[in-house]
Amino acid sequence: MTGGAEPLIALAGVGKSYGSGEAEVQALADISLAIRAGEFVAIMGPSGSGKSTAMNILGCLDVPSRGSYRYAGVEVGDLDRDQRALLRRNCLGFVFQGYNLLPRTTALENVELPLVYRGVPRAERRRLAFEALARVGLEGRVDHDPSELSGGQQQRVAIARAIVGQPDVILADEPTGNLDSARSHEIMQLMSTLNRDAGITVLMVTHEPDMAAYAGRLVHFLDGRIAADGSGAPHAG
Amino acid sequence: MLVEVLRLAAQVILRNPMRSFLTVLGIVIGVAAVIAMLTVGKGSTQQVKSDVAKLGNNLLILRPGQGGGPGATAGSAPSLSARDVAAITEQVPSVEIAAPLSSSSMTVVYGNQNHHTTITGTDNRYLQAADWQIAEGRDFYDGELRAGSAVCIIGATVRSQLFGAADPIGATIRFKQVACKVIGLLAAKGASSFGSDQDELVLMPLKAFQRRIAGNQNISTIFISIRDGASTDTAKADIERLMRERRHIGPGEDDDFSVFDLKQIASMLTGISTVLTGLLSAVAAVSLLVGGIGIMNIMLVSVTERTREIGIRLAIGATEGQVLVQFLVEAVVLSLAGGLIGIVVGLALGLTGARVLHVPISPDPLVVLMAFGFSAAVGVVFGYFPARRAARLDPIEALRHQ
Ligand SMILES: Nc1ncnc2c1ncn2[C@@H]1O[C@H](COP(=O)(O)OP(=O)(O)OP(=O)(O)O)[C@@H](O)[C@H]1O
Ligand SMILES: [Mg+2]
Repeated sequence: MTGGAEPLIALAGVGKSYGSGEAEVQALADISLAIRAGEFVAIMGPSGSGKSTAMNILGCLDVPSRGSYRYAGVEVGDLDRDQRALLRRNCLGFVFQGYNLLPRTTALENVELPLVYRGVPRAERRRLAFEALARVGLEGRVDHDPSELSGGQQQRVAIARAIVGQPDVILADEPTGNLDSARSHEIMQLMSTLNRDAGITVLMVTHEPDMAAYAGRLVHFLDGRIAADGSGAPHAG
Repeated sequence: MLVEVLRLAAQVILRNPMRSFLTVLGIVIGVAAVIAMLTVGKGSTQQVKSDVAKLGNNLLILRPGQGGGPGATAGSAPSLSARDVAAITEQVPSVEIAAPLSSSSMTVVYGNQNHHTTITGTDNRYLQAADWQIAEGRDFYDGELRAGSAVCIIGATVRSQLFGAADPIGATIRFKQVACKVIGLLAAKGASSFGSDQDELVLMPLKAFQRRIAGNQNISTIFISIRDGASTDTAKADIERLMRERRHIGPGEDDDFSVFDLKQIASMLTGISTVLTGLLSAVAAVSLLVGGIGIMNIMLVSVTERTREIGIRLAIGATEGQVLVQFLVEAVVLSLAGGLIGIVVGLALGLTGARVLHVPISPDPLVVLMAFGFSAAVGVVFGYFPARRAARLDPIEALRHQ
């Protein structure tokens, strides 16, 4: 972390506990992490080590029990529910393991959705959504429902939805968890293109070292703590 | 954004049309009931009011016996006579006209046509007092009245039943061995506020009726009109005093006759129809309430079913307000759709009912507007709780929901 400008994302002593008293589970224990704009970070670690918990906090979907999370200099803990929603809307894009597309809704409409909440006019929205789908190579599938798309295609629609609002950060929790190896590599190539060409910061949880290899930095979680944090393996492909 | 939300609501509702329809059935029934009720109720109230206005100069009806309205039987009380008619005319100054009536219902035959109607013996005074106009032909000659000739004046309903479009004047109709020449046709009056068809009548000279049909000198009703400007109540009291005297009723004894004020009866009927409308509207309000609860129930189910969808929307940046509005709009669109269907069904029912009951049709735009407003309000009130529940969902838990 070479000094100067404040990192885009800064966790300081962040902890998260579920339950209370005897039944208290500490999912995260005093994590400190700084991520600069433009990084591609892979998070690895055994099941239950707190990766998703950390991602939810980073994505402003959840709030830490302790510690400070500053996003672009803003203390997220001071934001209310709607302000966090606006932060997600304007700065963050999500890609989930289970795609999380709206059923019975076409690819184009799914990708349009974030823009609907931004109040972008319909025609403009269509154009941007179409562009985003073209970037993930799905211009031929815009009118298909998720049920008519393969897993890899659905995940690409989800990525189009994540990038349509030109976010600063993409948060992807096991984006290739449900895909075969070839499809996974396609998704990862897409991610690194977005990171490299569009300058989008990418945070990705994965169990597969192959996929983590696309990242420039590897953070290892163990029992709710960061066990290792360093540059990732050089890109394989 | 609102267009978007409306489109989405329509999409969600049409995705499951059967369920949506069943959801709004309560609203449909409630609104249809209100509209139908008010259409018929208002029509019949208007009818009564216009009848009251049509009654013109104030009218009283004198009958032997106690209690009951028009149509109650005389019982054992002594009948009225021509001398009573004369006494009322002469001794009560506010009385303009007193007309004797005696009636019986029977089948009238013309050619091969049969028709059951009321035969009334009376004279020209009744035509005047009850404001009957002669549409064709003429009224009774004095000679016919004195002699009790077999001539008659028929109402519009009797005419159309027996003669159709043919000219009835000069034709001979038969009832109970009497062959009676038609000399006049009354102008139609339509249904009365009591619901009966006023044009369902045949008039003949009182004497002819007494001799050829009743076989006695009795008079069953005296129809009385009061002079303009005179008080009906005073006239009624005067007539009652006179009749008590004539019928030798001692102080403290009950009357064995009754005097009805037609206006009073008519306004009582107006009151009844207002009360009925109120009662039925209360029933309708309850069914709107039940309809609202139905919508709330289904909206709650819908929120649970769509928890994951809500989680996705929240994750990609929908605010609490945006989710709330989405579900609220959905509930309002549902209940408005129900309200619209209800308005259409209610108007159809109301118009049919009005035709069956012979009351004028009066769909009130204000009522329709109110029904619309009420269904929207039901959507807002009963949709709010489920919508708020959706808006307050925790995004992570919602996303994890299966
Ligand atoms: N809502 C919750 N209530 C209680 N405990 C929870 C909750 N969410 C997570 N945990 C606990 O927190 C710990 C971390 O969970 P988390 O989902 O972050 O793990 P993970 O690293 O993402 O695991 P995986 O690789 O299986 O996805 C686990 O022990 C889990 O049981
Ligand atoms: Mg996880």
